[in-house]
Amino acid sequence: MEQVREEGQQQHPLSIYFKIWLLLFVLSGFSYMVDYMHLQGYLRWSLILLFMFLKAGLIISVFMHMMWERLALIYAILLPPLCLLVFITIMSLEADYTFLSRVIFFGQGP
Amino acid sequence: MTTPANQAGPSLRTLASDWSSDKDTFKEVPWGKTMMWIFLLSDTFIFSCFLIAYMTVRMTTTEPWPLSSEVFALTIAGHHIPLLLIAIMTFILITSSGTMALAVNFGYRRDKNKTAVLMLITALLGASFVGMQAFEWSKLIIEEGVRPWGNPMGAPQFGSVFFMITGFHGLHVSIGVIYLLTVAVKVWKGDYQRKGNYEIVEITGLYWHFVDLVWVFIFAFFYLW
Repeated sequence: MEQVREEGQQQHPLSIYFKIWLLLFVLSGFSYMVDYMHLQGYLRWSLILLFMFLKAGLIISVFMHMMWERLALIYAILLPPLCLLVFITIMSLEADYTFLSRVIFFGQGP
Repeated sequence: MTTPANQAGPSLRTLASDWSSDKDTFKEVPWGKTMMWIFLLSDTFIFSCFLIAYMTVRMTTTEPWPLSSEVFALTIAGHHIPLLLIAIMTFILITSSGTMALAVNFGYRRDKNKTAVLMLITALLGASFVGMQAFEWSKLIIEEGVRPWGNPMGAPQFGSVFFMITGFHGLHVSIGVIYLLTVAVKVWKGDYQRKGNYEIVEITGLYWHFVDLVWVFIFAFFYLW
């Protein structure tokens, strides 16, 4: 049983790891360049997020073998973190309110 | 024969039988790998809480946030290079992820020596990452005067967030290095060769790639944002 599992699974040619490795290097280089070139505003943030999600996706899907796993496991692991989006939304609304209160009541701020 | 599961009322026996009733959700996935994934999922939430806390304090502070690309700049041979150390740390962690992926692959090929050597290289790269982090921390504490409760550059929350997030990540890397060395020694001794089962190398790899994955998010949100 163990033998079948082991030989049937997660055996991929080495070349794919080298390709992903290279891609991760290039993407990290790009995100470093975003800072180095002093890009600002929405261009900076969207590029940072783009490179971040590409890198995360490559690591999860290839290095962690997620793209070769069964859908049951993929959904069980990748769907729950989506509820973090709700958390992020709530906290950013709350943070806006806190910031405004501080500006109004303490007279600080830009 | 009546199974304990049919008994009414709360009892430890029904609890145990319910959980062991031979249900197999993640088919063909070894239980160790499932458990590691579930642990990593919980760890995802811990790091997310830290990063969301960072977002919150950064949005709420009325003082300017210190410029991370200046705070973490290094001057080498008269050249002022922003974020240099962080960039090197990023490339080292990616490289260690690459060697780990190769180790997993050679494990499944039952190449004992290559697996052990690649895991050892991964552990060494991880240790050098922790070393650079120690250098970064001491530079920040001693030269820049950053404390968890304040710093000369701006918003006092910068220090607490920095020490908490990078500290927790560094702890994960350190634990990962110990974990890698432990498994590498067992690979070297041929423990898994005898069992004919190298799954543990892939499970260790999952943890290590996760450490790299978390760094991707810290690098983007804390250092570049």
